[in-house]
Amino acid sequence: MNRLFPLALLAGLVVLPLGLGTNPYLLNALIVTGILTIGAMSLNLLLGFTGQLSLGHIAFFGIGAYVSALTSLGFDVDLGFGLRAVHEPWPAWGGFLLATVAAGGCGYLIGRLSFRVRGAYFVIVTISFAEVVRLVALNWVELTQGPLALTNIPAITLGLPGLGIWTLKTKLQNYYLVLTVGTLCYGVIARLVGGRFGRAMRGLKENESLALSVGINATRTLTVAAVISAAMAGAAGSLYAHYLRIIDPDVFLFATTVTMVIMVVAGGKGTLMGPVVGGLIFGLLPVALRPVMAPEAQWIVYGLVLIVILFVMPRGIVPGLSALLSRRQARPAPVLEVNPAVQR
Amino acid sequence: MSAILSVEHVGVRFGGLVAIADLHFDVQAGEIVSLIGPNGAGKTTAFNVMTGFLKPNQGDVRFRGTSLRDLPPHAITRLGLARTFQRTSVFPDDTVFDNVMIGLHQMGAALDRVPVFDALLGRSGAGERQLRARAEALLDWVGLAARAHEKASSLAYGEQRLVGVALALATEPAMLLLDEPVSGMNASETRVFVRLIRQIRERGVTILLVEHDMPMVMEVSDRIVVLNYGRLIAEGPPDRIRTDPAVIEAYLGQGSAARQAAAAVQEAAHA
Repeated sequence: MNRLFPLALLAGLVVLPLGLGTNPYLLNALIVTGILTIGAMSLNLLLGFTGQLSLGHIAFFGIGAYVSALTSLGFDVDLGFGLRAVHEPWPAWGGFLLATVAAGGCGYLIGRLSFRVRGAYFVIVTISFAEVVRLVALNWVELTQGPLALTNIPAITLGLPGLGIWTLKTKLQNYYLVLTVGTLCYGVIARLVGGRFGRAMRGLKENESLALSVGINATRTLTVAAVISAAMAGAAGSLYAHYLRIIDPDVFLFATTVTMVIMVVAGGKGTLMGPVVGGLIFGLLPVALRPVMAPEAQWIVYGLVLIVILFVMPRGIVPGLSALLSRRQARPAPVLEVNPAVQR
Repeated sequence: MSAILSVEHVGVRFGGLVAIADLHFDVQAGEIVSLIGPNGAGKTTAFNVMTGFLKPNQGDVRFRGTSLRDLPPHAITRLGLARTFQRTSVFPDDTVFDNVMIGLHQMGAALDRVPVFDALLGRSGAGERQLRARAEALLDWVGLAARAHEKASSLAYGEQRLVGVALALATEPAMLLLDEPVSGMNASETRVFVRLIRQIRERGVTILLVEHDMPMVMEVSDRIVVLNYGRLIAEGPPDRIRTDPAVIEAYLGQGSAARQAAAAVQEAAHA
């Protein structure tokens, strides 16, 4: 079941647009949900697997969006001291790569800076970082156009030698692009978590002193996790910029980080499928609720759903359901184990 | 014989409290040495200094000639000095087998070339198989093979200590520091553990032990170092320590039965 479910979900998502027809509203909701889910998966790598809460995760997302947009739009900025930074527009996929690298670099800096102290300090450093980056995006008008927004961001163009070139302008194309990137991110996280690096993260989370005593380097492990997490969030931000083709400093909204945290916690932090399940539920909930109630009432339902999920399954949907399933399979439960040592 | 570990005039203060005052002793390669003393004598503090969890205010610890003063815990482990912990000796949410797999972190490092990329490209297959075989062998060796797939936190206390030992051994140490390994074990478990300690030594691992179980300490140690109030008050083979007046006083205290007994002898002589 654990192996089949992700594949079944992927297959379902691949054929889903066929069933939807070309309903642009639903496709749009799916694309934005997909992008946010990638953000949630990247957050889960930190929050779920290392136990570090990044409440400024949106900073990496926004940096990805801005770097990608500026790289593909080009800019001409006065840096003071008679210096000018001029950049000719690059193709959008170059912006995507650079966005991933730039966000990863920021993840490295934040990781080095704060993992010496950890815990609450990391939360505070990430919140402040996100706020600083938002202020820069808002006030460096010459570069970012501030609240006027960066417009006319080109769509991502894919070229395969001998097969032709596509510009991904339609919603359907973007849907499959997001699905592809999301699947890649899932695969990367699954590989990392399943191996030695994942064991090091688990060890640090469960018993840090003991992990250090078997030779695990805490700072390095956590920094690598932060870099990969931030790079994925940056990739998601880049997808966002090239899909909407307009971004303003509102991409740094704190509420988006909170949404990602909700997706991770409700779905099940520290599980591979948790953020995906949580992301789909909380990303698509507004779509389901829109015909029924006003936007303000939707937020109330949003909160209620979260409370109910965590009340019924405190560790999240995915761990809750798999515990339920394994209990059902294990029935009839042995009344007494042969081994007295485990009956505590 | 050469000293594998030298504790050189180490002092540790927590604010005004002197936890260790000028502690100085050596451990020779291949020895089993016990560090004993009443509660609060500074034994665990000494362990924390030796393994980098605590920086001494003065003095230094040398392991195979290398100063450990400025090394973080994980680097000290990589030099071949491993330890176990008094209370929390396992990764509670993982199975016993996965515990040991986490403990094999360093061996994995030796097998991987570029760890993160190897993991991403899936080149770690052969390495993983070697690690799993090693983990099985280690569990077999400490006698936990039957428990391999149980959650570590569900194990009995004594078995959790064995997991701790397996984790420490997974780092292939040249020297092992055991912090109260038999506390919480019953008499038969303790006997098995004493045998295990001897077997570990036979593999060429030097052992330094902190323990309160005196019969066990007397049985297993080549040499005993006694601490009281952060000072070394006696050092020598078990037989000498057993009869050392300073040690008896430290454990029984002044005005205690020992002193009364001595007074009674004097009175009898006078009468």
